[in-house]
Amino acid sequence: MTPIATPFFFYFLAGIAVISAIVMVTKVSPVHSALALIVTLLACAGLYLMLYAPFMAGVQIVLYAGGILVMFLFVMMLVNIEHLYVEKMLNRQWKFGLAATLIMAVLMLGALIDGFRSLPQQLVEISEQNNVQQIGQLLYGSKGGYYMFPFEIASILLLVAVVGAVVMAKRRV
Amino acid sequence: MFFLENIWMVPLMPAAGAATMLLFGRRLAKPAINAVCVGLVALSFLWSVIGVLQFTGSGMPRYEHVLYTWLGSGDGQMLFTIHNGATAEFVVNAGVLLDPLSCVWLLFVTGVGMLIHIYSMGYMAHEGGYYRFFGYLNLFMFSMLTLILANNYLLMFVGWEGVGLCSYLLIGFYFHKHSASTAANKAFITNRIGDAGVILGSLTVFWLFGTFDFTRVTDLARQHSATLMGTGMVTAATLLLFVGACGKSAQLPLYVWLPDAMEGPTPVSALIHAATMVTAGVYMVARSNALFVLAPESMRVVAVVGALTAIFAASIGLVQNDIKRVLAYSTISQLGYMFLALGVGAFAAGVFHVFTHAFFKALLFLGSGSVIHAMSGQQDMRGMGALRTKIPITYKAMLVGTLAIAGVPGLAGFFSKDEILWQAWSAHSGEFRILWYVAFATALMTSFYMFRLIFLTFFGSPRMTHEEEHHLHESPRSMTVPLMVLAVCSIFAGYLGVSPSIARFVGLHGETNRFEHFLAPVFANHVEEAVAPAEEKDEEGSASEYLLMGLSVAAAGAGWWLARRAYAVEGKQVHEPINAFAPPVYRTLLNKYYVDELYDVAFSGRATVGGARLGAIGAGEALWKVDANVIDGGVNATGWTTRAFGWFSSWWDRWIIDGLCVNGPAVITERLSKPMRLLQAGLLQWYALVMVIGVAGLLWYYVLR
Amino acid sequence: MQIGMLHYLIVAALLFVIGMVGVITRRNVVIIFMSIELMLSAVNLNLLAFSRMYGLHGQVFALFIAADAAAEAAVGLGILIAFFRNRATVNVDEVDLLKW
Repeated sequence: MTPIATPFFFYFLAGIAVISAIVMVTKVSPVHSALALIVTLLACAGLYLMLYAPFMAGVQIVLYAGGILVMFLFVMMLVNIEHLYVEKMLNRQWKFGLAATLIMAVLMLGALIDGFRSLPQQLVEISEQNNVQQIGQLLYGSKGGYYMFPFEIASILLLVAVVGAVVMAKRRV
Repeated sequence: MFFLENIWMVPLMPAAGAATMLLFGRRLAKPAINAVCVGLVALSFLWSVIGVLQFTGSGMPRYEHVLYTWLGSGDGQMLFTIHNGATAEFVVNAGVLLDPLSCVWLLFVTGVGMLIHIYSMGYMAHEGGYYRFFGYLNLFMFSMLTLILANNYLLMFVGWEGVGLCSYLLIGFYFHKHSASTAANKAFITNRIGDAGVILGSLTVFWLFGTFDFTRVTDLARQHSATLMGTGMVTAATLLLFVGACGKSAQLPLYVWLPDAMEGPTPVSALIHAATMVTAGVYMVARSNALFVLAPESMRVVAVVGALTAIFAASIGLVQNDIKRVLAYSTISQLGYMFLALGVGAFAAGVFHVFTHAFFKALLFLGSGSVIHAMSGQQDMRGMGALRTKIPITYKAMLVGTLAIAGVPGLAGFFSKDEILWQAWSAHSGEFRILWYVAFATALMTSFYMFRLIFLTFFGSPRMTHEEEHHLHESPRSMTVPLMVLAVCSIFAGYLGVSPSIARFVGLHGETNRFEHFLAPVFANHVEEAVAPAEEKDEEGSASEYLLMGLSVAAAGAGWWLARRAYAVEGKQVHEPINAFAPPVYRTLLNKYYVDELYDVAFSGRATVGGARLGAIGAGEALWKVDANVIDGGVNATGWTTRAFGWFSSWWDRWIIDGLCVNGPAVITERLSKPMRLLQAGLLQWYALVMVIGVAGLLWYYVLR
Repeated sequence: MQIGMLHYLIVAALLFVIGMVGVITRRNVVIIFMSIELMLSAVNLNLLAFSRMYGLHGQVFALFIAADAAAEAAVGLGILIAFFRNRATVNVDEVDLLKW
């Protein structure tokens, strides 16, 4: 395997991500969970950087952490979710679900570790410097702009989502 | 010819009397009843006398007059195929036939009937139901005259049934007495058995000849005698008719009703059971003589049954103590003589004996009625005695009757009975000779018991109670005059039929046996084994004839002497010689050979062994049990098996078809679907979990590969 | 050992599984939404790890996934608000109207 990043930062960021994810899942209060999730996403952004994807890292921070999670927090504030009575944290099937997901995890890891050998070696060398430009080339470029159409579709999707959110959330008069 | 042409009025006059009694009898007084009933019968007697005179004067062989068509239409419908393939029409006319045979019967039936009606005026004077008695007597006269004057088998059967009915009504006249009503039932039922034979016989005659008329049957039978001789159908027809005659004329298996019929009033016994009704059987056989000569087997049966009946009844009559019973058995015995005569082919002799027997038997019965009347109702001879001086007219009359029946020469019975004995000896070249011995023994017994009757009743010492002795008186004139008339007839009626041998013996010449000549056209059968009466033979036959005649006279005398020795004795106690000689024999005879008990066991169904009945009714019950248990059991078993199959089918349908095949998949689907339903809990997280499990499964599969 | 693509993939798998646990186990619907975001993020990581080796297409795909995640979050929260208004609860356990 070609070396990708320094081990220290990798383990550090990966550990923060995983631990913070576990914290998120196990907290009673949703606000605490949201904050834990922000930490996780920021750690993920760091991991993206190490993977020579600065643009994605930026999108992660701006969009995910700064947009979505903030929106979550706003909604939690609006709904006054702290004052709702929570008698139980976990539902009836938590043991069953936990077991299933553990099995799933084992299987996935096993599949990864076993099947990693079959993956081919590095095919393309991506550069660190002009990452954004190359992504732009792929999205909008005259030659190599494979993703123009999906981009438009994604914009329509966002429109639909906005309209949908407004419709769903507005008060029936 | 007025009386002859309207001879059909003769039965209708007593019928009118009966109808009057039916409608108005209760309101009429005794003299009125007498005038109507006795007067009408007397009128019918006069009418028949003049009619017969006109008939004989006219020189016709027979006179037939059809009044109207009774059954069938007469115009070609109701066609049947008879035994030789020809087509015959079923038509029965109501008509009268007057030929010599019916003339004889007509005269003595109306004559004796008239005398008995006169007698009854005196006898029944103190009885209740006077109008009923005369109504029934007139009805009887009507039926008997219909029987005699009918010109075909079915009309004769109407009269036959009518006399049976009147016999029942008159025997059971004192219906308050249980013994009388049961005796009436017995008579009617026994007669009915014979009637089945008459019906079947008449229909067989129709089957043979296609007609019921006597004249046509006789003509056809004589015409086809060669082809019909000895055939099975003719034998069957004649035997069936003879069964009917056995019932009506009290021959051997069916005689049991006649002694019990003495429960009726004495005039009834005299008229019906001595002179007229019981001769109906003889009349029918004589009328069918053309058929009988075609069936030699039947003739033999008739002769043998007649002879056996004669000796059987005579033996029972030897020891009976009731005066009327003795006479009843005597009647059966004499009827046996008549059938013996018919059976050996001597039809004229048989008819002659009927004629003379009517007179002396009626005389004897009326005389016994007079005795009973004098004895205030006592009928047992052991309680009589020495009545000779007390009721002399009755005694003289009964003595004449006894001499006649015993066959003492000079009186009617001698001529007729002797003729029969001679025919039995010699007819068919001696084929029936053994029957002569039987008849001879019977004659001996007849003489004995008749004289026993005379001696017990009129001689000896008085054995009656003091009361009865005081009331002894001669009967009124209405009763004694008929007795005297009948006594005269008993003496002189015989001279009508003097056989030529006797005539030669006595020295008479000229035409003798007018009776047989009179009847010749009726019995003119041209058959090979000729019924030629033996008297047409010459002198060589005469010697044995005189010998036999002498023997029968000796028998009469022997009977008189033995009876006198046994019974004409002084002393209060009656000693029966037979009892002294052989008590078991005496007991058997006294109990009439236990025939009634035998019939009771065999047919009445009153005797039971364990729980099962014996005899015919027992067989019926056994068959009923077979039917109820075996046959119905089989039916029930089929029903039960059907039910079992049905139960099995229903079980199969309910459990296998419905349960397994119809409900089964539904139940399986339901049972399987319940767990399936849980998969759709409606909870999102549950669905998510299931998806995870599914993906895990897929992964597992790929990992393990 | 040297950090290779495999390590990133393992991390992504772990994050994914943790997110799955959150989806399946928690009752609060907001937590479930956030767990879904986490799962999407883990997928992004996976994609980027592969794109490091095999080209930028993976990064573009991840970009689209991120946009899609945002839209989805918006709509989901809209549903949550509508739902909360009707039911006054945020427990997804009590929403079993899909059941027969």
